[in-house]
Amino acid sequence: MTPLLDIRDWRLAFDGFEGRAQVLDGINLTVMPGETIGIVGETGCGKSVLARSVARLVDMPPGRILGGSIHFDGQDVMAMNGAALARLRGHGIAMIFQDPMTYLNPVFSIGAQMVDVIRAHDRASGQRPRNSAAARKKAADLLGSMRLPEPAGMLDRYPHELSGGMRQRVLIAMALIGTPRLLIADEPTTALDVTIQAQVLRLIAELVAMHALTLMLISHDLGVIGALCRRVVVMYAGTIVEDGEATTVFANPRHPYTRGLLAAVPDLEKPQHRAQPIPGQIPNLLSPPSGCRFHPRCALAVEQCTRDKPVMRDVAGRSVACHLAEHA
Amino acid sequence: MSSAAATASFTQRHASALRQARFFAWSFARSPSALLGFAIVLVFLFLAAIGPSIVPYPGDATGAMNLANRLKPPSSAHWFGTDEMGGDLFSRVIIATRTSLWVGLTIVGIATIVGVPLGIAAGYFGGWVRAVIMRITDVFLSVPGIILALAIVSVLGPGILNGVVALSVVWWPGYVRLVEAKALALRHEPFVEAARSVGATHTRILALHILPNCTSPIIVKASMDMGLAILAAASLGFIGMGAKPPAPEWGAMISVARTYMPNWWWYAVFPGCAIYLTVLGFNLFGDGLRDVLDPKSSRG
Amino acid sequence: MTALLQVTGLTKQFPLKGGRVARAVDGVDLTLDAGEALGLVGESGCGKSTVARLVLRLIPPSGGSIRFAGQEISALGDTALRPLRRGMQIIFQNPHAALNPRRTVFQSVAEPLVVQRVASGAALRSRVGALLTEVGLPETFLWRYPHELSGGQKQRVCIARALALAPKLVVLDEPTSALDVSVQAQILEFLRELRMRQQLAYLFISHNLAVVRQVCDRVGVMYLSRIVEEGPVEAIFAAPRHPYTRALLAAILPPRPGVLPAETLAGDVPNAAAIPAGCRFAPRCPRRMPICTIDDPGLKRVAGGSPHSVACWGSFSD
Repeated sequence: MTPLLDIRDWRLAFDGFEGRAQVLDGINLTVMPGETIGIVGETGCGKSVLARSVARLVDMPPGRILGGSIHFDGQDVMAMNGAALARLRGHGIAMIFQDPMTYLNPVFSIGAQMVDVIRAHDRASGQRPRNSAAARKKAADLLGSMRLPEPAGMLDRYPHELSGGMRQRVLIAMALIGTPRLLIADEPTTALDVTIQAQVLRLIAELVAMHALTLMLISHDLGVIGALCRRVVVMYAGTIVEDGEATTVFANPRHPYTRGLLAAVPDLEKPQHRAQPIPGQIPNLLSPPSGCRFHPRCALAVEQCTRDKPVMRDVAGRSVACHLAEHA
Repeated sequence: MSSAAATASFTQRHASALRQARFFAWSFARSPSALLGFAIVLVFLFLAAIGPSIVPYPGDATGAMNLANRLKPPSSAHWFGTDEMGGDLFSRVIIATRTSLWVGLTIVGIATIVGVPLGIAAGYFGGWVRAVIMRITDVFLSVPGIILALAIVSVLGPGILNGVVALSVVWWPGYVRLVEAKALALRHEPFVEAARSVGATHTRILALHILPNCTSPIIVKASMDMGLAILAAASLGFIGMGAKPPAPEWGAMISVARTYMPNWWWYAVFPGCAIYLTVLGFNLFGDGLRDVLDPKSSRG
Repeated sequence: MTALLQVTGLTKQFPLKGGRVARAVDGVDLTLDAGEALGLVGESGCGKSTVARLVLRLIPPSGGSIRFAGQEISALGDTALRPLRRGMQIIFQNPHAALNPRRTVFQSVAEPLVVQRVASGAALRSRVGALLTEVGLPETFLWRYPHELSGGQKQRVCIARALALAPKLVVLDEPTSALDVSVQAQILEFLRELRMRQQLAYLFISHNLAVVRQVCDRVGVMYLSRIVEEGPVEAIFAAPRHPYTRALLAAILPPRPGVLPAETLAGDVPNAAAIPAGCRFAPRCPRRMPICTIDDPGLKRVAGGSPHSVACWGSFSD
């Protein structure tokens, strides 16, 4: 089986006033069709830039590719021309983001925006665009399948009349119009209240199962990743530090950063559990630490960690980039 | 305790500010058009400063007559040609930069001094203070500026000083609008609430928290308005309501020159180019400043 | 002993377009003793941040009483409030927005001391330096601007500013929700220690019950402008009485795979401009009874030893 997404040694930097920040440093990631993969990490770890690289949404400049390749369904994303890129973004990859309001046009009704997208997809797939009544019908059906109340009435409402949870459902509906192969969700529930987050996460889980979607979920929240993803990829300072089955990684993390991240989350089910901070700061990528980028904050670091950059290797049923993975 | 705070050197204390300045210079220099604008503005300021002492015929600016030389085309002796009095146009155009500079600075300066405090007060206090200030502003904004300025000049009588006064009167409302919107957004910022929660007075909040955060759009607008104010003053001169010939002022020069078009084209073209370049320079410069100081508003 | 903060019947109404009124806070009672930490939990729009601003008198209340250290402050003007502000300070959610971008760390931290004329000159400088040390930042940060600091460092600067006047009450409005988890844990741990060391009282506003549990002794759960359940943190976690509290607890995701949160609540977060009659939670309540849509239950003490109150008809009959 060919991988749906194949990222090889992807290295990306941003050039700025203070120099070059290498935000992605040798990312290797293969995603098979039907996988649900969660990318977790803190601010500045590069998880969003990685997601945007896949759909070629990183502005160049200030972005600059230092090396590597990204293949989607066997095609080189960086070599695509305009038409191929439009097809990729319309039918190959769909994205949803943290703040749905930013991605809806405030002056058009929900229905008008959805009809627009539906007809654009008809054209892109070489058919005559359906008439607007048929497109509205399709839009209402989609909203209904998002379990939005009164989908037909929803079409005539404007984005500002909807709550955050409703807007996110509308965006999910729009993302699914082109029957994408890969759904990238970048912090889709971060701006929502917890009870609404629960609703939206359940909805995404259902849609993924129903349409056999491949899901790439970007989040800082291990709980959200755990809820939706079978596989988890932990990123730190532009590198992948651990990658494996969620059950394996959560139960028995082998990278000290993964362990730190798990311990930093307050856990209600352990009565005496207090969140344990990871000491120190996220490194400045203008001058990243030598060797392992996590070593300045790592309690276990030895001399080798300051010198050699650890490579990903298979340890205890997952891949991990730590010199001491066997001993952990 | 010997605190680092007490012993910090000047460079330590201002390292951040210096880095910020270097950052501004760096981002400004990335835009060729901003650099071009900056160069034009520099040349303009340079000529305004030392123009009278470098031009070949400084006396021509004040109306010296040399009728034997009248309306000569551009030559090596008279780069821009001569006018109907035989005055050297190059000297007159260069010397007029000084007039334009003080005209622009005065109009923009008065507009800022009047408009910014009113705008800040309107935005921060809201309520009836805002209602009164903004309605008065709206009255001024609802009449086309140049028409209102003409009306004022016709009451005061023509002349460059009266023109500047009239333009200042119509120029400040733009600043009220600009600053009011910014102050309105700032008054709910947590750092303003934090200042209120320690008991800071309104004066302190306005001076230290609101005003410094409004300066970027003010500087950007002021630099663009320099060009526009010079253009407006020249327009008044052109229709005979501003500077009076033979005073060296571009608008007034073109006003006389139009009767000599098109045969004696150089008479109108060179002052016209001077206006054009000055307005273009300040606009490009202002645009560049906006990209540096106020990056959010320049997108889209 | 009188309570440090005693709030009774607090209301705040905001006028809306079309003559309607949003009842952002609608009859809230709170008591906070010196050195105690009370959490106030709820979803966006429930009025918890408005309560914070009312307690600090950043905005005037529409009704009710706020007594701080025995003094009624609900109707005081700016001048009368100024000396009282030394005793109460606030820490905001977004440390980036809480610091004036044009002022150095020194200027920001020194501001309370300057405004209240507590210190000046060399005394001011050494006091500010000491405050930075107190929050675990090096003194070299004094001349930096906020944009040069990380989120956690900015929040520490905000804490230093709040501590400058040695307040008795600190209101924390979602102090960690804009921070990364590893940094969030650092700040929570620091806030806990700080409270022990300085005997501070906290009013801790958060949407996250798990975070509140780390810092607070008692917790109040707010729903639609009113407190629906209140009691000792451990009692609420062990035996939540209100269906809304249960839903909030059930919606918290543990860091474990395969746990999809229970969708205990249908519908959306409601609107303070249209508060339903009867129990305000009734339209979303999975255990709604006929009486719930008719009559407001009111906050009542739960039988038993602990000071645990709840506003739910269903829980009264349990």
